[in-house]
Amino acid sequence: MKQVPLNPYVLYKTVEKIPTRNGYGDALLELGETNPDVVVLTADLAESTRAQKFGETYPERFIECGVAEQNMMGVAAGLALSGKIPFVSSYAVFSPGRSWDQLRVSVCYGKANVKIAGAHTGVSVGPDGATHQALEDIAITRVLPDIIVCAPCDAEETRKCTLAAAKHKGPVYFRFAREKTPVITTNKTPFEFGKAYVCREGYDVTLIACGPLLHEALLAAEELAKQHIEAEVINSHTIKPLDGKTIQTSLKKTLCAVTIEEHQTTGGLHGAVAEFCAQNYPVPIEPIGMPNHFGESGEPDELITKYGMRAKDIVKAAKKVLKRK
Amino acid sequence: MKTTKQLEKIANQIRQDIINMLLTAGSGHSAGPLGMADVFTALYLGGIAKLDSKKKNDPARDRVVLSNAHICPVLYATLAHAGFIPHKQLKTLRKLGSPLQGHSNNHYNNGIETCGGPLGQGISQAIGMALASRMNRRGTSDVKRATKVSYHTWCLMSDGELDEGQCWEAFMLAGKMDLRELTVFVDRNNIQIDGPTEDIMPLENLADKFKAFNWFVIEVDGHNIREILDAMKKAQSMAANPTVIICHTIPGKGVDFMENKYEWHGKPPNKEEAKIALHELRTLNGKITSEHQ
Repeated sequence: MKQVPLNPYVLYKTVEKIPTRNGYGDALLELGETNPDVVVLTADLAESTRAQKFGETYPERFIECGVAEQNMMGVAAGLALSGKIPFVSSYAVFSPGRSWDQLRVSVCYGKANVKIAGAHTGVSVGPDGATHQALEDIAITRVLPDIIVCAPCDAEETRKCTLAAAKHKGPVYFRFAREKTPVITTNKTPFEFGKAYVCREGYDVTLIACGPLLHEALLAAEELAKQHIEAEVINSHTIKPLDGKTIQTSLKKTLCAVTIEEHQTTGGLHGAVAEFCAQNYPVPIEPIGMPNHFGESGEPDELITKYGMRAKDIVKAAKKVLKRK
Repeated sequence: MKTTKQLEKIANQIRQDIINMLLTAGSGHSAGPLGMADVFTALYLGGIAKLDSKKKNDPARDRVVLSNAHICPVLYATLAHAGFIPHKQLKTLRKLGSPLQGHSNNHYNNGIETCGGPLGQGISQAIGMALASRMNRRGTSDVKRATKVSYHTWCLMSDGELDEGQCWEAFMLAGKMDLRELTVFVDRNNIQIDGPTEDIMPLENLADKFKAFNWFVIEVDGHNIREILDAMKKAQSMAANPTVIICHTIPGKGVDFMENKYEWHGKPPNKEEAKIALHELRTLNGKITSEHQ
């Protein structure tokens, strides 16, 4: 498995930082121009989900639903069943959090081609506190048949994910973070749903990450290398369908893994990898993520540190899992 | 074009089909389907809505969304009479492998547009369909190729369903958007599973509530096919507002021992009850002596 081209400055302290949601806004504008079927809906969160520019540029294809996520999801299903490609934009705690029944029946069971963009995921939402920090969204979407679930790692990958979602026929859920996060990929980095890729080759331990925490995984691999442990880092941006092939190929070398996600350690990426391994290639796996806990108010950096999602925590988990081999 | 008399006769046959389907299925809802037979007949066979089994995939067909999908036996029986599904399929209701699921779904290309069941979801989907029609008809300033494929969307809801908050989220949006492309039928039969609607969760004054949400309100006798068809015509000609046709119906209509009894909301007749019900329907409750099929 060859490693893919990444931003050459990714490990520098001065690496450029952009919020992942900006990639969504940029892609929507691109889609507005190229695809007349694309429609964008929001529930009073146009600006912070970055849907606003689309709304200003294409007002007839923009539906402001007010603070009513359940209705918004259903309206999107109706639009999709009439040939449109609707993008539902809100915070993940509300959509799919509050509109899960509508996602389940109107969208997934109804085979409606709806794209759900969940903003403000993870503890890094910060001062708004636990109510607004989505840490369960991957679990509640991943359990539904036929939906794609994706957590892009940076703004560029979010842009590609949004464009790919428009092309894919069927429901897609993808999540963003609120804060500026390091630019990890370039426009040359490949992106395809269901295809994980190797960011750094190694043979001692596999670090499987999704979302912006991929950056912490890359820093951890660098630190581990200094301690003569060669970690392989995989970006498993698509949690469903999980790219078991890429993961298993790596595990055959390393025989152990750490999963890294800004999500509860149950039901998300860790859950998906553990399920896959239990059935196909049982190896010890340690989770990095939210350990059965709600978040709280604080600065994003403080929260990531407090809840153990830093490179140093990944290094610790890697050493622990190495001992379990 | 069918006469009112012919439509009434079809509605009666649909009621008989409903009794037979429920008897074979051994589970399902009786009162709602019987109560809505006249509305469904008017909608599918009354000649106003653009619904043609030979054009079931025509992008310009009218859309029907059954929001309270538990009354789907009446939808299935009507679809059979309108040529969308074979009549003999009706006896497969709720059986393994049947397209006639316990709550209607859109997997079988048989004229059913959406999946329903959890209440309140259909109205939102209907709004999405109506908005898509509007986008198609008006085109958008940025898109040169406007498709001009427009249609009317008809959504069927029950009164108990209106307890769901999602309905009111949806009514607000349709009112805000002046969604004249949408007409909702509310089956105002005054019962829900646990009892009379006004005891469980009062809805009155329902007409005023809709008016306050910028809807045009028409109230009809839900068993008078002429009145229903006139209301549909009026709804289609609206210049700005979405229309709600509040259909005052008798739950269990046509079967004396089921009429107005909330206990019949969610259960099927047994063999004996079905026999009495069918006899009643065939003789129009004793009004005619020779039973017609």
